[in-house]
Formats: sequence, C-alpha cells, structure tokens
Amino acid sequence: MPKVTIDDITIEVPAGTTILEAARQIGVNVPPAMCYYSKLKGSGGKCRVCLVKVTKGSDRDPRPMPKLVASCRTAVMDGMEVRNVTSPEVIEARRGVVEFLLVNHPLDCPICDQAGECHLQDLSYDHGLSKSRYEFERRTFERIDIGDKIQLHMNRCILCYRCTQVAEQLTPERVHGVLYRGEVSEISTFIEQAVDNEMSGNMIDVCPVGALTDKTFRFKSRVWFTKPMYAHRDCPTCSGKVTLWYQGAEVLRVTSRKDKWGESEGFICNTCRFDKKQTIDWTIEGPADVDRHSVISQNHYELPYELPVNQKKLSN
Amino acid sequence: MQSLTNRSKVVSNKQLSFAERLYLPAIFGGLRITFKHMFKKKVTVSYPEQQRDHGRIYRGQHVLKRDEQGRENCTACGLCAVACPAEAITMIAGERKKGEEHLYREEKYAVEYNINMLRCIFCGLCEEACPKDAIYLTDRIAESNYERGQFIFTKDKLVEGIEQDKRIDVSDRRKAVRNGAM
Repeated sequence: MPKVTIDDITIEVPAGTTILEAARQIGVNVPPAMCYYSKLKGSGGKCRVCLVKVTKGSDRDPRPMPKLVASCRTAVMDGMEVRNVTSPEVIEARRGVVEFLLVNHPLDCPICDQAGECHLQDLSYDHGLSKSRYEFERRTFERIDIGDKIQLHMNRCILCYRCTQVAEQLTPERVHGVLYRGEVSEISTFIEQAVDNEMSGNMIDVCPVGALTDKTFRFKSRVWFTKPMYAHRDCPTCSGKVTLWYQGAEVLRVTSRKDKWGESEGFICNTCRFDKKQTIDWTIEGPADVDRHSVISQNHYELPYELPVNQKKLSN
Repeated sequence: MQSLTNRSKVVSNKQLSFAERLYLPAIFGGLRITFKHMFKKKVTVSYPEQQRDHGRIYRGQHVLKRDEQGRENCTACGLCAVACPAEAITMIAGERKKGEEHLYREEKYAVEYNINMLRCIFCGLCEEACPKDAIYLTDRIAESNYERGQFIFTKDKLVEGIEQDKRIDVSDRRKAVRNGAM
C-alpha cells in the first residue's frame, strides 16, 4: 500500500486513494471541498479550493509536481509528500480561489436559508477577505420555477455540478443540467417545473451553497433557531434515516444526516423529506451531532443527555 | 480556624454604656443627617416634565430603521436574536409579495419583530450583529407600564415612521457602533 505524507503526517492508504481522501483519513487540516462529494461518482476537480502542493511526486520519481494540484482528483503515490496548510503558496492560492467563487455570489446570507450551514460561508470566513475587490456588475438571473418543492436561486450557484450528478446517479432520468458554457453557464431545467423525481430532493442536501433550497422551509426559520434530531422510519424507497429540524414541537425541515465532512450519510426520498413532517411519523433517536463551534449549536442551553447525577438521585 | 482573608470581625458582647442605652444621641445623630439632606440639591428630576441630558451614545429604546426610500432595512436574518444575551428578540420572517417593493428592501422581511423589554438589558449587541444597518438603540427612554404584556414591543412601536420628520436620528450611535466604542 502506498505511503503518503501530508503536512508531515504519514499514512498508509490503498492504491488509487486521492490525496483528499487520505487527508480525511488523517482527519486534521483537511483541504476544503466545494464540488467533490465522495458519494457521487465523477465529482470533483471543478472548484479548485482543494489545491495542495506536492513537494515530492513519489519514491521512484521524487521531483515535485510543477503546479498546485487538485487533491480531490489526484491519486496518491508511494512516498508522496504533500503540503497543505504548511505551505503559504497553497493558502495564498486558496484565498484567490475563494475570491473567484465569490465574484458572482450575491452575498445575500441574511436572506439565504442556507446561512449557518453553508460551505461557501465557512470557506470565505476561513480564507476570504472581508471585502470584495470586484467592481463590475454581478451575474443576475431571472428566477425560474423548477417545481413546488425545490427552490433554485441561480445567483448563488457556484457551478459545482453536484446536483446534476445526483440527478444522473440517483434518478432514472435527468431533467436539469448546466446550460451554456464558461462564464455564462447556468443550472436550468429543460422544461419549467420539471424536477419531480422521487430522489430529486437530494439536490438540496448536496448543494454546498444556497442555490438549491427546500421550498417548504423557505423563510420559516434560521438554522440556528432549529434543533436537529436524528430519527428514522421504515421507508420502502430509501434508508429512512434522517435529521429532523425542530422548532419547539414542530418539524420545520427534514434533511439527510450529514457526516463530518458535510456529506449525506444516506440519500433520502422526497416522501420522507417533504411529506412526513409530523413527529408521529418518526422514531426519534436523539439529538444530532453538531460541532460545538457551529452556529447551529448556539443558544441551545439544554444538555443533549441527562446528567448522571440526576439519574442517581431518581433511583434512590 | 484561622481566617484566610483577615477581614472577619470579632463579635463582642460588651455592655452598652448609659448614654448608649438612652439612644438619644444616636437618634439626634440620625435626624441631623436627615435635615441636612433637606437643604441639599435634589438628585431626582420629575420625569417626564423634566428630562436629563443623555450621553451622545446613550442606549435606550430600539428603533428599526428604514432606508432613504422608506423601505424597511430588516430582513429577519435572526442575527440580532442569536446575539442577544437576554434572548429578548423574536421574529417571524415572511416573503415580500409583488407590489410591496416600496415597503421592504429585500425579498424577505420581518412579518413580526418583537423585543421583550423586560428581558432586554440594553447592551447593544443586536446593533453590532445587524448586517443590514436596521436596528439601533436610541436616546429615547423605553416607556413604562403597569402591565407586563405591554412590555413586548412589536413592530408598530419599533419601526420608525416613513415620513422624513418621523425618522429617528441615530448618526452618533451608528458612528459609535462602527468605531467599536459601545
């Protein structure tokens, strides 16, 4: 098995693993990923935020790679040495990429339903500048209706292609895609109001920004006022394992469960996502794991578990 | 046990002297202080007929600002509510309909915006959190009431008037927030 060293930490991974996956196995200083999605085939290589510097190609050919490489699409070689956060060049390049991603982004976070769980928001907070240097008019689009459950905000899209891959790999027929090319490309449907496949709602979960959001949750609340709970039900079409987002006793939104890297643990069907919004439909498992640095865990003063000392008192 | 702070007093049960047992010197001593205060300048004013001057950046009752065209700045983003240490702010967001563009600046607006003035501690963190230049504390004193329900200030008390003469000047306060001098 090839051995790879990322930021001076060595790990042995199976041949064919990408640098990003190897970094995720190490678990610290992982390059960010906006377009790569481990559950979707062919994703990655588009957004360029996962750029890393390869200082040593392999044991057999120790020359460094001439340019920064996209870690999500580059397989590891035996003896490869990679610099991520320890290389100022990488940090500088990533800053530039974030600035490019934000060139046409409307920065309407106060309105956007994704705010608080948006990967672009986190990324620009970590790497970006607080002010935009862009002086020209941003791209704006007429809003189009792609169905009664999913809201498309093309202005916010960063063209990561994740949603088209969801449609391609999870649904029998893809009815939306990226139209035009280059700077003018946009996500659209072939016919208006067309996205109605049973698994189409997963586009909302894979979208790293607020371009695709849940219409049934639109402006209902902010993610940091809702409380995520894990729940499951017997669903004939999907795994039925979801996160319910509660505000008080009311389920405002149902999403799939997200892992440490913000990816869905299992895709869920539209029945679970949009139609089952009663507590009686679900078996509650307990509070969802939320990073304590996340804004979602703000102001939740209740403990996710009962204190052991309380239980002791009750038993006596 | 020996005291750690050396501030504790030792209690004595000594007998009072005759003069002390009469209590008259102590009573006259107290009255002397009382009468002295009658000839001093009053520390209170009879509000609301008389009003004290505030500091330029006094933190009083909130205002929800409108922009130059009279549209509400607030988009119900919830950052003030999450920043509020007293959890005094609640809001319900709604989508702007066609024909309301002159009332609300963005496509989302606050249908309801309530501040519980009994909870509010006038710390000013809401105005610091606001990304839309919408909420400010003003030099107005929040009105009082005998009933608790009246202390939940709704939008009709918080949003400033649409006419130019009903606007509330917050320029000093805005400058203070931007410069970080709370």
